[in-house]
Amino acid sequence: MGLALLSSLLLLGACRREDRSQTTDPHAEGAAGGAVIAAPEQAHYAASAYHLGEGQRLYRWMNCNGCHGPAGGGGMAPSLMDAKWRYGGSMADIVRTIDVGRPNGMPSFHDRLTGQQMWQLAAYVRSLSGLAPKDAVSSRGEEFSTKAPYTQRKPAQPPKPGEAY
Amino acid sequence: MRRALPIVALLLAGCSGVQTMTEGAGFGSRQFNSLMLLFLIVTGISFALVLIFLLLALWRRRSEPGEARVRSWLIAWIAFIVIGLILLTGASFLSDRREATAAADQQPLKVTVSASQWWWGIEYQNDDPSRIIHTANELHLPVGRPVQLKLNSGDVIHSLWIPALAGKQDLIPGRDNDIRILPTRIGRYRAQCAEFCGLQHAHMAFDVTVESPQAFAAWYAAQLQPAPEPATPLAKAGHDWFMSHACSNCHAIGGTDANGRTGPDLTHLASRRTIAAGTLQMSRGNLMGWIENPQGVKPGARMPTVGMSADELHAVASYLETLK
Repeated sequence: MGLALLSSLLLLGACRREDRSQTTDPHAEGAAGGAVIAAPEQAHYAASAYHLGEGQRLYRWMNCNGCHGPAGGGGMAPSLMDAKWRYGGSMADIVRTIDVGRPNGMPSFHDRLTGQQMWQLAAYVRSLSGLAPKDAVSSRGEEFSTKAPYTQRKPAQPPKPGEAY
Repeated sequence: MRRALPIVALLLAGCSGVQTMTEGAGFGSRQFNSLMLLFLIVTGISFALVLIFLLLALWRRRSEPGEARVRSWLIAWIAFIVIGLILLTGASFLSDRREATAAADQQPLKVTVSASQWWWGIEYQNDDPSRIIHTANELHLPVGRPVQLKLNSGDVIHSLWIPALAGKQDLIPGRDNDIRILPTRIGRYRAQCAEFCGLQHAHMAFDVTVESPQAFAAWYAAQLQPAPEPATPLAKAGHDWFMSHACSNCHAIGGTDANGRTGPDLTHLASRRTIAAGTLQMSRGNLMGWIENPQGVKPGARMPTVGMSADELHAVASYLETLK
């Protein structure tokens, strides 16, 4: 009985659904491009599966992949999968980069994206190098990744010399 | 009984309108209706026969079995089933063939329909590239001319359904699908996404206007025109704001710098009956409400809350209203 009670309590614990804040107050963000938002709000974007997904869509829609490569592999522009950040790797730094642009090619998206979209993109860009929380990142992404997929399978062992396979 | 009557009346009232299969405004849907009627008659007769046999078996007193009579009944029953099956199979096949070959001598109109969450992109194809037109969430068709709709999807599986004209066909990402439609009656009908595709699946519809060839040609000629230059100072201000902010990144307006293709084409927005894929009637108030807070009207829609001052909102709305 006690066990059943405990396990049903545990099951109920999973019932919390992630909050999808599609919008906040229409005037709060966006008016001034990548408007500065409070730290808790930043953390919310960085850890929300919904915002990461929206960021991934925008990454394609805004043709970020044109220069930074699909899934941030790099190309004409620096890779976004590695640990190097020329202009800082925090959420605020990345939003600033998107907002004002950087020398040698990175355009400014100040008038092209709303603040919310910049924060979503920043959250996705951070997830490319594995900086987003594991429970928010898609576990079955279709693109190449720096991290092994989050599955229950044991990692494959490289074949040993002389071993039949 | 008295309670059932109004319910039946209500149900029957659903049998006419802009979004019903019984409307029969297209060759495909008329074929389907007559096929359905045939199925109903054949299966209805067999259902009634089964019930009659059951009742007879219950009521008849059991006596010595008349072996010969049972056998002739059995033969009659099997013959009925075989003939019925052949009839229905043959009718289905013929109906399908007739639909496929309807108006085969005419050159079909070629239109590409691209579905996205949650709107429809429409592109009229033409061998002459300068006569290709882009529009969104509206389909105009000339009556009596077959149309070949090429279907594709940019994100998830959608399904195109214009009940008054034809059956459903899925739009599948990464794959070309198509459906042939022959509209036979002038009128305005409604198309609806018929495959659950996310939060705003229900708000993914559009108007299908079947019109005379002359009216269609006039509409087509108007669609070929670029958007008019803004005339009033307010509309001019709206135009400038639109071009220098996030709007032009996703939306295209023919004849201007706005050439985004991730959102609906707005070149002749004000000539459409609805906005936001059949969600709202086209009006100044609805337009402003939609631009100001899309997530309030259609939560989850891809259009972000841009954040505009009241002046900017008025200017952009009055510019968009000039896009006839």
